[in-house]
Amino acid sequence: MKYLLLINAGELDVSGGVVGCEPEDWMRFDKEIQDAGVVVAAESLADLVTATRVQVANDGKRTVTDGPYAETREVLGGFYVVDVPDLDAALDWAAKCPGSRGGGSVVVRPVAEF
Amino acid sequence: MDQVEEVFREERGRLLAALARRFGDLDLAEEVTSEAIEAALVRWPVDGVPPNPGGWLMTTARRKAVDRLRRDQVYAAKLAVLQVEADRADPVPSADGALADERLELFFTCAHPALAAEDRGALTLRCLAGLSTPEVARAFLVPTATMAKRIVRAKTKIRGARIPFRVPGPDELPERLPGVLQVIYSVFTEGYAASSGPYLQRLDLAEEAIRLARILHRLLPAEREVTGLLALMLLVHARRDARSNPAGGLVLLEDQDRSRWDREMIAEGSELVVAALTGGPAGPYAVQAAIAALHDEARDFASTDWSQIVALYDVLIAIDPSPVVALNRAAAVAMRDGAEAGLALLDELSDEPRLRIYHPYALARADLLHRLNRLPEATTAYKQAFELAGSEPERAHVRDRLDDCRRAVQDSSA
Repeated sequence: MKYLLLINAGELDVSGGVVGCEPEDWMRFDKEIQDAGVVVAAESLADLVTATRVQVANDGKRTVTDGPYAETREVLGGFYVVDVPDLDAALDWAAKCPGSRGGGSVVVRPVAEF
Repeated sequence: MDQVEEVFREERGRLLAALARRFGDLDLAEEVTSEAIEAALVRWPVDGVPPNPGGWLMTTARRKAVDRLRRDQVYAAKLAVLQVEADRADPVPSADGALADERLELFFTCAHPALAAEDRGALTLRCLAGLSTPEVARAFLVPTATMAKRIVRAKTKIRGARIPFRVPGPDELPERLPGVLQVIYSVFTEGYAASSGPYLQRLDLAEEAIRLARILHRLLPAEREVTGLLALMLLVHARRDARSNPAGGLVLLEDQDRSRWDREMIAEGSELVVAALTGGPAGPYAVQAAIAALHDEARDFASTDWSQIVALYDVLIAIDPSPVVALNRAAAVAMRDGAEAGLALLDELSDEPRLRIYHPYALARADLLHRLNRLPEATTAYKQAFELAGSEPERAHVRDRLDDCRRAVQDSSA
């Protein structure tokens, strides 16, 4: 079963990295999860200041705005889609992910099956 | 019919657990379990009870499940899996015809941390205690429709997110078992001291919790915290008859008629406490059970071993600190060292947010202030306790205390 792991960054330190999760931790985690053969897709997202929001009204009018900027303290920073037997396996990967540390969180969403 | 239902109650849990595990779908498992039991109620009186009742129920339920899946397009994909399943032999029943017990898996699924905390107890009562949805609704004092929605929500999550039916491995067990115990204990505490409503105690609920703990204890005999939890509940429940008066009012531990305590239950609990405390550092339930045992073994309130009880609270605070434990410890210190010492400890806890809305805290302070003859402060504290108390008998008890205190104020000013 496929699960989306949404990685929400925690508190940012001055240099922009997540407190308590060094780049080496991310590299180690990425190697481990890739080697396990469970990754369907994975990306990390560029800084939030590069984000743009698009909305289309009922009359077809397109509105493009800068942002959104996080009003909450958590910012979506990247994701993995993993294919694992059950929720417990997905939760184990989420717990290993450095994004779950340093005040961040990983939200696990099953991918709908049609 | 009711008696037959009672006989099937335990079998239902086993059957449900086995089917849930097999099909990975609690809803389906529940439906076909009920249908199989209904079929048995029709067939067995006519055909006689089959030589292997557990196997008969299992086979019948499984056949109904497969029929249902064939009819249902949504489950088409699952059918492929089922074909593989169908080639496997039915689970081999043990010599006495009982099914392999897969209820432990179900305990862990129902108490899974990915489910809403409020749904875990409901699901456990529904699936493992065999309560109907209206019964579970009554247990949690919510309308049946509300409870039905909550149970559906939980089952939908189990299916949709694929929460597995499995017992956590030895490395995960220390993290997951407390969650299961918490679910059972919260059912018990709601029974022991109803948080609202007309009754002080809801004995049926406390008994369901004990029944669940007995099942869990049979399944995990070596887990000492399971033993400790069962011991704790037995040792507290043993006082049920003395805990309220004929009018339904609250009787405090110090005023209880100890001849009405259930000695048999105390003996069973005391034996379990020893097992729970033996073989390594004790867990929080074992220590709480030991405290309950000391109360149960005291001839009267005055001869209670308060020093030992304070010492056990010290252990409890070290392994499982919480403001409520600190409150109980302070009350024990007040008995050992006097009201002044207890009050000093209580006042240190005054900033705890959890205790500010917890009526036993205000009540304990009020009682100690009353004992110290600091009547205006005691009156204020009793008023706070009255505002916070939940069930009617608890409120009545606080009101009586408040009236006593007010009379004492009048007498002293007269």
